[in-house]
Amino acid sequence: MDLLRFAIIGSVDDGKSTLIGRLLNDTRQLFEDQIAALEAVSRRRGLSEVELAFVTDGLRAEREQGITIDVAYRYAATPRRKLVIADCPGHVQYTRNMATGASNADLAVVVVDASAGLKEQTRRHLCISALLGVTEVLLCVNKMDLVDWSQEAFERAVEEVEDLADHLTITGVTAIPISALHGDNVAEPSDRSPWYGGPTVFEALDSAKVGEPVSGGGRMPVQWVVRHRDGRAYAGMISGGPLRVGEEVLVLPSRRSSRIASLSTFDGEFEEAWPGQSVTVVLADDLDVARGDMLAAAVDPPDTVTELEATVCWFADRPLQAGDRYRVKHTTRSCAAIVQAVEGRLDVNHLKVGPAERLAANDIGLIRLAVATPLAVDSYRRNRTTGSFVIVDESTNATLGAAMVGQPVMSPV
Amino acid sequence: MTAIRIDDLHSATSLSHLDMLESQAVFIMREVAAECERPVLLFSGGKDSAVLLRLAEKAFRPGRFPFPVMHVDTGHNFAEVLAFRDRRMADLGEQLIVASVEESIRSGRVADPGPGASRNRLQSVTLLDAVAAHGFDACIGGARRDEDKARAKERVLSFRDSFGQWDPRNQRPELWQLYQGRVRPGEHLRAFPLSDWTELDVWSYIAREQIELPPIYYAHDRAVIERDGMLLAVCEWVRPRPGETIFEETVRFRTVGDATCTGAVRSTASTIDEVIAEIRTSRVTERGATRADDRFSDSSMEDRKREGYF
Ligand SMILES: Nc1nc2c(ncn2[C@@H]2O[C@H](COP(=O)(O)OP(=O)(O)OP(=O)(O)O)[C@@H](O)[C@H]2O)c(=O)[nH]1
Ligand SMILES: [Mg+2]
Repeated sequence: MDLLRFAIIGSVDDGKSTLIGRLLNDTRQLFEDQIAALEAVSRRRGLSEVELAFVTDGLRAEREQGITIDVAYRYAATPRRKLVIADCPGHVQYTRNMATGASNADLAVVVVDASAGLKEQTRRHLCISALLGVTEVLLCVNKMDLVDWSQEAFERAVEEVEDLADHLTITGVTAIPISALHGDNVAEPSDRSPWYGGPTVFEALDSAKVGEPVSGGGRMPVQWVVRHRDGRAYAGMISGGPLRVGEEVLVLPSRRSSRIASLSTFDGEFEEAWPGQSVTVVLADDLDVARGDMLAAAVDPPDTVTELEATVCWFADRPLQAGDRYRVKHTTRSCAAIVQAVEGRLDVNHLKVGPAERLAANDIGLIRLAVATPLAVDSYRRNRTTGSFVIVDESTNATLGAAMVGQPVMSPV
Repeated sequence: MTAIRIDDLHSATSLSHLDMLESQAVFIMREVAAECERPVLLFSGGKDSAVLLRLAEKAFRPGRFPFPVMHVDTGHNFAEVLAFRDRRMADLGEQLIVASVEESIRSGRVADPGPGASRNRLQSVTLLDAVAAHGFDACIGGARRDEDKARAKERVLSFRDSFGQWDPRNQRPELWQLYQGRVRPGEHLRAFPLSDWTELDVWSYIAREQIELPPIYYAHDRAVIERDGMLLAVCEWVRPRPGETIFEETVRFRTVGDATCTGAVRSTASTIDEVIAEIRTSRVTERGATRADDRFSDSSMEDRKREGYF
């Protein structure tokens, strides 16, 4: 049984939370006490029917305002796989929370309102998801009941999203006409769309292809130095590879080399370790290795840089501009950084990076950064872990932006 | 120690679901230990904190834990749970701090809600006082997102301001596995390594790792009363009120907390496998089945969390 992590994205009020509520309800994955609580709160708020969006809109402010503010995580299953669902907010003000939910997703479920055109916020969400590395999209054309189940309206929406996907690094779009409110084509096929012969949302989630994560050369950022009987050992999570016993590795940024003498966990020793595993490494030589350093396959190491170019999603109200000082957290290392230049801002409607002096809240842009300590980086396209970092306020410690090493990959419309 | 077979590990995607959850939780604990100056692991004596202790062993053995363990003790305990706590801590040889709600009442920090009333909410004050007194900057807890609709919204590293408050409208963005753990003096973090675990995952892990739990998690005969649709164990703090009668039932507990508000469920599941089979077919959530305090208000968990609850 495998695992599918998906983020449900799209513009505000297009029906994302309603869809999750509907999906869980109609596949009997809500519990009796949850249903009773939903009925009670809906009644108390004077609604004639159960508000399905309240399945995930669990905060008081969300229920009062009828919008999602922050990501809700839900755990469910299809016959073939486990699902980790991130129900993201659509409102532009909460783009930071949408990015949080999409950053670990294998698949994006995009909800668009059939009765409205493709909105700028939907384009932004698709851009961010593609930049974050999501290559598969499940498009749910929602509120089909409002357009009399018009096949034309459905096809228009699909065409708009496919057009956009062609310019992004999205390789697959599966499209389904639905009504989240009434449950058509969500868990059960609908007889209101005789012209549609494809899967329901539930079936599509069950069978969605998920791109294998690119793992490239062996890497392990050092998290924790363990004092061992025979010297020191280094604990961390493998983030590329495999790494194998006997293999030559470089300690970055110092570039000293050694061999892996052993790989182990609490449960024993083994010969190779794969991305996602938390392990402990002993090296053949006694080198100076600390938290924040990286062990990397000597045959294929990342670049060690003090200046880099990165694609940034900026979340803070205070704009980002040249000369700003921040702290960055990259893998297990934190260091000071100075913005050398804002090289451009992405126009999400035309997918062009145009000139800009600064990035405002919810902008996506390209920046050049100087860092106080050398960082071992891959391009984000090659490695999501060694190619990403966050930008942090030095005094408040607030997370202000998320950055991906390299230029945005997309072609202008 | 048994060696992992290499053919179990031939690709990243072949790491089992439990292996992935374990590996992530170990990663989170190590990040907190490394990024924070004075973390503490919160231990309630329940199944989730029993799992946390095993994960701490996985993260830090053969070394010692880089943090003490703290029990926020309501004084309304099941005897089996205290015995389990002390046995487990003795086995581990780690430091245990007990922060006592009784003490907070005696020193006048909180008003005594009276004999038999739940002290669940008072724990927040005791916890925050202990955080301040010890200078803790991170509390590692066993809360899971599948437990409650407010918890479903919470970050893995969840920021608390200098009043100990959670602001659900203004959480730190948390992308990838970049857990950002810095705080200023007086502020602290809550860290939840089990965020993505479900109740079933926890039990599957308990089965796989043969983790010992307090015996009240398994079916046993007990004198109970029925109150607000829940079965409460008769004990020093729970006495029948007029109209309530004591009767004997075969029950087990799905969660462990303050004895005055933690309900038992009718069950004959007396082994781990039987419990797992029962959970698979259960139509009621763990909190819905067992927590009186969450029944009264629609947002009681959110309210408590805003005030500094676990
Ligand atoms: N007619 C119709 N209305 C729908 C449908 N799906 C959702 N709605 C309504 O659209 C409104 C917004 O739904 P939500 O599910 O809260 O939208 P959302 O996309 O989650 O919004 P945010 O999370 O705030 O971005 C609600 O009033 C829903 O009842 C549908 O299929 N048909
Ligand atoms: Mg929503």
